[in-house]
Amino acid sequence: MVPLLYFQLLGAALFGIGFYGVLARRSAVLIVLSIELMLNAVNINLIAAASYLNGTGRFAAFDGQIIAIFVITVAAAEVGLAFAIILRMYRNRGTVNVDEINLLKW
Amino acid sequence: MALALFVIVAIFTLGGAVGVVATRNVVHAALFLLLSLLGAAGAYLLLFAEFLALVQVLIYGGAVTIVVLFAVMLTRSSEYPRITDNKQWPLGLITATALAVVLGAAFWLAPDVVAEPQAPVFTELGASLFTKWALPFEIASLVLLVALIGAIIIARTQNVAQGETSTEGEG
Repeated sequence: MVPLLYFQLLGAALFGIGFYGVLARRSAVLIVLSIELMLNAVNINLIAAASYLNGTGRFAAFDGQIIAIFVITVAAAEVGLAFAIILRMYRNRGTVNVDEINLLKW
Repeated sequence: MALALFVIVAIFTLGGAVGVVATRNVVHAALFLLLSLLGAAGAYLLLFAEFLALVQVLIYGGAVTIVVLFAVMLTRSSEYPRITDNKQWPLGLITATALAVVLGAAFWLAPDVVAEPQAPVFTELGASLFTKWALPFEIASLVLLVALIGAIIIARTQNVAQGETSTEGEG
């Protein structure tokens, strides 16, 4: 049987990798992909906690899985909006590299 | 047995994630993301969350990856393979590693849970979604609607030169 800790460590590692992607990448597309990784890390933690801790504490009856459904919903909406903004950015500036989008920088 | 499956799933998930942040090709990054998301779906299966695994494959594996590939195609990001990382990547690596270590240590030091994973009764999950979580559910549907309309308005082509906002006849 896999302990809960292993799933939590998997989630932590995935979150760290996604965080590195957000910090280190230049292309806005890759940054959005890294954000998706971080959201998935959170989902793994939520679902692991829901499965192992069912019936203990205030959150019972697999509420973690339902919160994970909402996270997936918001992530889907976020991807659609993010790529619409990236598309508009590309049309206006001809690049999707975030360090070249410096119109508001002074 | 379960541990071996977990190791395989973890290798898929983390390997795909490292591929996303390490590859120089944007299309490869999108495909690595698909690998990582399918690995996460496997982790959900190991946790007896079949519904979530299904949703993960449908929404992430299907919709999100397609949207990403469309965005890559429309922005020609793949034509910019030169430098994909910015100058602060060593600092980012240090920060991300520190964050992962802190998170891992927090989980490590938490009191041990000896419970076994349980599978939810599917009807209970649905009933909870439509009773206890009914308001968040409705708000989520509104969020999706707003995001949909917003994405269309942001991304559509306008005749900017003439200052026209009407798009009739363009569709």
